[in-house]
Amino acid sequence: MGTVIIDGQEVELKDGERLNCIQLAARVQNDIPRYCWHPGLTVVASCRMCLVQIGKKDPKTGEISITPKLVPGCQTLVSDGMVIVTTSDEVKNSRAMVEEDLLLRHPVDCPICDKAGECYLQDYHFQYGRDERRADIKPFTSRRREMGDTITLFVDRCVMCTRCVRFTREISGTNEMMIIDRGARDEIDVFPGFPLANKLSGNVADICPVGALCDKEFLYEQRVWYMKSHDNVCAGCSTGCSIFVHENQERIYRLMPRENQQINQWWMCDDGRYGWKHVHDEQRVTTPRKREGDTYTNIEWSPLLAGLDATLKNAKRLAVVLSPMLTVEEAYLLAKYARTIDEHALIAVGYVPVEGEDETFKSGFTIRAEKCPNRLGVSKVASHFQGELVAWSDLPARLASETFDALWLTGGYGHAWLADDMAATLVNIPTLIVQDMFTSAAYEAATYQLPGASFAEREGSYVNHADRLQSFQWAIRPPQGVQPEGRVYWQLLKLPGLYNGRRVMEDLAREIVYFAAAQQPVPPTGVDLKVNLLAAQPAGATV
Amino acid sequence: MRSDDPNITWIKEPELRLAGRMYLPLFAEGLATTFRHMAKAITNPVTVSYPEEEPDIGNPLIYRGVHRLNRDEQGRVRCVACFMCATACPAYCIDIIGAESPWPDREKYPESFTIDELRCIYCGMCEEACPVDAIELTSLYNLTGRSREEMIFDKEKLLSVYDVTKDQEPTKSTRMGVKAPS
Repeated sequence: MGTVIIDGQEVELKDGERLNCIQLAARVQNDIPRYCWHPGLTVVASCRMCLVQIGKKDPKTGEISITPKLVPGCQTLVSDGMVIVTTSDEVKNSRAMVEEDLLLRHPVDCPICDKAGECYLQDYHFQYGRDERRADIKPFTSRRREMGDTITLFVDRCVMCTRCVRFTREISGTNEMMIIDRGARDEIDVFPGFPLANKLSGNVADICPVGALCDKEFLYEQRVWYMKSHDNVCAGCSTGCSIFVHENQERIYRLMPRENQQINQWWMCDDGRYGWKHVHDEQRVTTPRKREGDTYTNIEWSPLLAGLDATLKNAKRLAVVLSPMLTVEEAYLLAKYARTIDEHALIAVGYVPVEGEDETFKSGFTIRAEKCPNRLGVSKVASHFQGELVAWSDLPARLASETFDALWLTGGYGHAWLADDMAATLVNIPTLIVQDMFTSAAYEAATYQLPGASFAEREGSYVNHADRLQSFQWAIRPPQGVQPEGRVYWQLLKLPGLYNGRRVMEDLAREIVYFAAAQQPVPPTGVDLKVNLLAAQPAGATV
Repeated sequence: MRSDDPNITWIKEPELRLAGRMYLPLFAEGLATTFRHMAKAITNPVTVSYPEEEPDIGNPLIYRGVHRLNRDEQGRVRCVACFMCATACPAYCIDIIGAESPWPDREKYPESFTIDELRCIYCGMCEEACPVDAIELTSLYNLTGRSREEMIFDKEKLLSVYDVTKDQEPTKSTRMGVKAPS
């Protein structure tokens, strides 16, 4: 317990809280400028931008004594009775001087710098800097240095905050980046022959407060102020990092991590970060088609769905394969639709791609081997309807033991995935419906070819490896001719209005106990389904 | 520029005095101005019978006609693809694709630079926003075309406008006595 006074405003501290001045100021919407401090990295207090005045209030007399020297806010932990001043002339002068010093050797090439618009140096200079330049030196050079395959360094733009160096030491634990030379000549570099080559490398461009470290994939692709940001969830692996999708005119330009202390903290891996290319692949299928005999005809969605509905209603035995790329809501709607037609319809879980082993970094950040976002969520939906879990590997045996009149196969993977022997089994089914982003042997043989959506076009929820459910909205519209899965199932079930993930989740959470915690609106960082269940279940029960 | 910038002088609208409050004196004064200009226009008309007669465009430095993309001393496009003109454009008629430049002394250049001259409202914001004096409005006003496609000017066409007009109209910064950025 304790009270801290910041600019005349009293802030209560909770028990055992360890906050520095920046974190405390953030509570009262006071943004203390800083370059080197990052909540996820150790404190070095080297940039001197966050200097503040501190003092002590005498509890007996109420007199406030201010220390004569400014102290770095990032390094100073707040304590009971402390007084912080961020608006005095001393603090303002100090900030203006730091800005002036940083801009002495900065090339000021904002017009061609990719960071312009989200650059700390720009923002802080506008807010705290001097109006005119007093120095007459003109070192306007812009040297470029390659850090690795993903990152390039514009040496002269750097402000030497060393966030990137600390990142490679503390988070990725790979130690590639370092400072060379001393004093005013210091620069960021990598050791010759040891480039920045770890799977978290893209993060150094995100944490760079200026335009020094740039992402080569994104370099000169788009100015940042043109892009709209959408909250989303990475579909790269079962970690399910919270991300931003940055998009302009229905085209994705980059993915960036979104802070989520329960999952990915501030980071994301390069596999996820650059794993959106398939969304804009030329090879994506975009025409719904129907097979009659040996020929395919292009067909509009509404007659196609009507025909599909009629065909399935004539079929006796029905099987659906729920891909782990689907959202929980989509899986639920499809399973429900299948059960309205055939009440014993087989509900199986689709192919779960696994690559290598889980990869854990020094900070604990883990890239999962399971390369799909929602195996857990889809499995829970499938086993709820089926009573048991029918996995992809069990499917050939089930198909051999029973005869099915129709099978609905869902895909949505960013790469070729269907094994030949499995495709050979599937093509024998009389009515095969395949919903996928890319063509495959099964898609080529399907009675109905339904082009499917990518992760950025979906709306719904994923459940990650640790039972955490995150909901998200679509970020871009699907290409012409493509309907997201949820919308298709919504139409087939003849539900009123447009597909609405939240409404489906409310029904679903009422019906399936596992999802009970998602009954209430899901916060942006997601909701832990496990915690709720453990409280509801007797001890020792399996979930 | 911030609103509390010391270089800004804030002034107030002068209050109405007696003549203004009585309404009629100022009303008569205003009407007199109108008739004075009308008389001037009748005796000395400013309109011309275009196209038989070409108008006098006055100061070409401030005239806002067809765009051009300036070249630097080595004949390369001066534009650095910073998108400032496209951002400033109120008609959204500028479309740029930026790329890494093929030249060692430059970092970025426009791979493609397109202006839809039909959509353009000739406000001159692009010229004002340009940090390197690359885009300028010339005093060419009689712009015609036989199709919409023809009126969408690409980089080559905009550079060729510069080649045609550079002798009559050197870059505006040099004409205004400012040293061109190196």
